[in-house]
Amino acid sequence: MTYKEALREALREEMRRDRTVFLLGEDIGRYWKGAFKVTEGLAEEFGDERVRDTPISESAIIGAAVGAAITGMRPVAEIMFGDLTALAMDQIANQAAKIRYMFGGQAKVPLVIRTPFGAGVNIAAHHSQSLEAWFMHVPGLYVAVPSTPYDAKGLLKTAIRSNNPVFFCEHKLLYPMEGEVPEEEYTIPFGVADVKREGSDVTIVATLYMVYKALNAAKELEAEGMSVEVVDPRTLTPLDKQAIIKSVKKTGRIVIVSEDCKTAGVSAEIAAIVAEEAIDYLDAPIKRITALDTPIPFSPPLEQYMIPDEKTIIETVKEIV
Amino acid sequence: MVKLGWSENNLASSLTKEKFVEIYKKLFEIRSFEEKVFELYAQNLVPGTIHLYVGEEAVAVGVCSNLRKDDYITSTHRGHGHCIAKGAEPKRIMAEILGKKTGYCKGKGGSMHIADFSVGMLGATAVVGAGIPIAMGAGLSIKLRGTDHVVACFFGDGASNQGTFHEAINMAAIWKLPVIFVCENNLYAMGTRQSTVMLVENIADRAIAYGISGIAVDGNDVLEVHEATRKAVERARIGEGPTLIECKTYRHKGHSRIDPAKYRTKEEVEEWLRKDPIKRFKAKLLQTNVLTESEIQQIEKKVFDEIEEAVKFAIESPYPAPEEALEDVYA
Repeated sequence: MTYKEALREALREEMRRDRTVFLLGEDIGRYWKGAFKVTEGLAEEFGDERVRDTPISESAIIGAAVGAAITGMRPVAEIMFGDLTALAMDQIANQAAKIRYMFGGQAKVPLVIRTPFGAGVNIAAHHSQSLEAWFMHVPGLYVAVPSTPYDAKGLLKTAIRSNNPVFFCEHKLLYPMEGEVPEEEYTIPFGVADVKREGSDVTIVATLYMVYKALNAAKELEAEGMSVEVVDPRTLTPLDKQAIIKSVKKTGRIVIVSEDCKTAGVSAEIAAIVAEEAIDYLDAPIKRITALDTPIPFSPPLEQYMIPDEKTIIETVKEIV
Repeated sequence: MVKLGWSENNLASSLTKEKFVEIYKKLFEIRSFEEKVFELYAQNLVPGTIHLYVGEEAVAVGVCSNLRKDDYITSTHRGHGHCIAKGAEPKRIMAEILGKKTGYCKGKGGSMHIADFSVGMLGATAVVGAGIPIAMGAGLSIKLRGTDHVVACFFGDGASNQGTFHEAINMAAIWKLPVIFVCENNLYAMGTRQSTVMLVENIADRAIAYGISGIAVDGNDVLEVHEATRKAVERARIGEGPTLIECKTYRHKGHSRIDPAKYRTKEEVEEWLRKDPIKRFKAKLLQTNVLTESEIQQIEKKVFDEIEEAVKFAIESPYPAPEEALEDVYA
């Protein structure tokens, strides 16, 4: 099943299980079925009230989710492109994330914000960014970053059942990708990384689409006699520090691959943790491979230049192994 | 669609004496509470800042006197009055303002972030206009759950220039959500006069843009606010959608405690002091023989005692332990 279908299954199963789960977002309903068709068929099964098309009002979409969440519902809001979360930032960062804390634990805020990040389809600076780090910087939010259909389904089900606001990052290049998803019911707990490939010479920590680039690179490096371990954190908040440190203890080397910008990004946080907590186990400097610190350009050669690729990963690994 | 005010004479007919007593008590309670907060501030007992509701009491009381305990409200940085009007306990509000562990938010919110979910008070946000979509979302929740509850959403004239006002009222309108949008127009957004930031005189006129009812009322006349809200609540409960009620009012003090409000003329302030909502309502109660002078004194005495008790409770309460800062980030 594809990543997109896995997400849809998670939504469908949770909506069948719990009447309080509902979806809202721009063009997610029966006419357009979501910009990436994730919600296809759901309006037909659950009706337009529970699969709710909204005006183009990101701030009010998230505000509606917050108001509904604190009064007994479990909304799943879709923001059509991750870049557009900027329009709803107050509702996400100041309201959803802080309501429980500010009010001394009186409220639960069980809401999910689903949105696709990522470059690679030539839609330029307003539809291609990877902004996970913004949300890691807000206490009170959880941040999920599934890379496979299996992880997407299991993590989304956990997100919907969570009593906390979950920022659920998808990646537009992942939607058509195939992977095994079991028939039977399962969920994946937050804060548990997955070792996507075992190895002994170097650890690559990667998220979302970068997991595949890391795995491709690992395969090529294996042919040259290097054993690469690929660790996918699966959630950035909470972050499974122990899994990363455990892998570093084994390999003595770490390369972090992330599609967001380098400065103050996901890779910076992971590098800092390794430097603070596992520096004695390192046999080489920590390496980071990220998007360049520019907006995402349009023209294919420009876009390709600024996003991490297999070649850079291979070269970087060779530098330190 | 927009109606401006209505005659004063036919207002009170449907209210019982108990309701008048309740309304007067709440008005007086908010006033006494706020004056006490001001006093405690002067004694350096209140950390941070304060935004007093003195002068605007008729809005919160006129609106909330139509609500049931399990109806919802959302509130603002100037929110003490909303809390009291909705039925939160003054002693726990006061404790929160003083940063004490016994406060509604265990000292994590303070004056600008008080909530009491047990009475449907969904909390005060200090981001101007941010509560409007949240109130709309509570309205959506009511609709999806199929109950007849309503939400009253308080915000100011300044908030009506935020994008959230437009986005949220439009959504409430298209989905016919049971929300009463209550704009407390005190003429100034901090120090900025309404006329410098909008050309319309009545914010209620903006309702036309969303295809809903809008009404501007004298926000210093508690019965006029009550009556406009009563009609809006009635419509909301039967699924006829939201209403925008603009209450023209005035804050007696500055925006926050550091503000001497020099941007307002002496004449303007005096004119509004003459329109003090509590004095006016009291005069009306006496004039129409609903209450006697001694009955009013009894109410006031009772309120005074309650507020004194609230202050004592708040002052004597312990501060939270520093490490409690780590609690309640996640459920």
